[in-house]
Amino acid sequence: MTRIRLNGCEREVQEGATVAAVLPLLDVAPDARGVAVAVDAEVVPRGAWGRHALADGAEVEVLTAMQGG
Amino acid sequence: MSEPLRLAGREFGSRLIVGTGRFPTLEILEAAVRESGAEIATVALRRVDTGTHGSVLDVLRDAGVQILPNTAGCYTARDAVMTARLAREAFETDWVKLEVIGDERTLFPDAPELLRAAEELVGDGFEVLPYTTDDPVLARRLEAVGCAAVMPLGSPIGSGMGIRNPYNLAMIAERASVPVILDAGVGTASDAVLALELGCDAVMASSAITRAEDPVAMARAIRHAVEAGWLARGAGRIPRRDYALASSPEEGRASFS
Repeated sequence: MTRIRLNGCEREVQEGATVAAVLPLLDVAPDARGVAVAVDAEVVPRGAWGRHALADGAEVEVLTAMQGG
Repeated sequence: MSEPLRLAGREFGSRLIVGTGRFPTLEILEAAVRESGAEIATVALRRVDTGTHGSVLDVLRDAGVQILPNTAGCYTARDAVMTARLAREAFETDWVKLEVIGDERTLFPDAPELLRAAEELVGDGFEVLPYTTDDPVLARRLEAVGCAAVMPLGSPIGSGMGIRNPYNLAMIAERASVPVILDAGVGTASDAVLALELGCDAVMASSAITRAEDPVAMARAIRHAVEAGWLARGAGRIPRRDYALASSPEEGRASFS
């Protein structure tokens, strides 16, 4: 198992899990629009979600639009 | 308003940009955005909240407005640049309302960090609309690094204190060759009128609408205020004077002696 931090919460995921594989943990579809992902403070482009494997200790941020000024 | 707002190579019929924070419900948000006539609305980028994501975007897209992501909540150039890049990825837009906050209590911008972030994002191909102080020198510096507009504050974000230094705002507008958009401070319609009369090209209104007792009615009021201010500026106001100048003719008065 691989331990990651997903939006600030500790999670255990399958070894070699990709960004696309962990998005459903947040109820986000692997092809969701209006969503952006950063891993260890680097943007992971949508097109790479399916192949970007998460290393142990990876910090994953999954962001979307919220009401804001 | 016959002359469109030209911003970053696009044209807009409306000179009002609306914020979307703190609306009581999404239904009121949608009604207010429609009533405002705005063609651009800002959104923030935040962690996905399980079960609620996507709805603000859907509402804005249904209303046909362009989404302008902001970097609200960022205190360093690094965080703001990162947020802008993520927003570009999420919303497929190069436009960003750049906010780099320097102080929690005033929410005033951090000028050196702001300038650094603006320069980096312009170099990265963004259309940068920076939230700035009402400092004419900083506004010029932001323009010089290639920002698509400058967005000086009238008074602190959410304060509703209107335009605290109209002279500075007029100076910024007089010398800028990019659009000047009054950002923070609008509390009610008259503040928006004044901004346009002072030479601003557009007005951003957020809290003034979202926190009004009747947000939809205030959206309508500010829409008309922006139009009135633009028309009044084009009409050319009369010079101010200290003493009266009679508006009825002096000649031809009756004599009752």
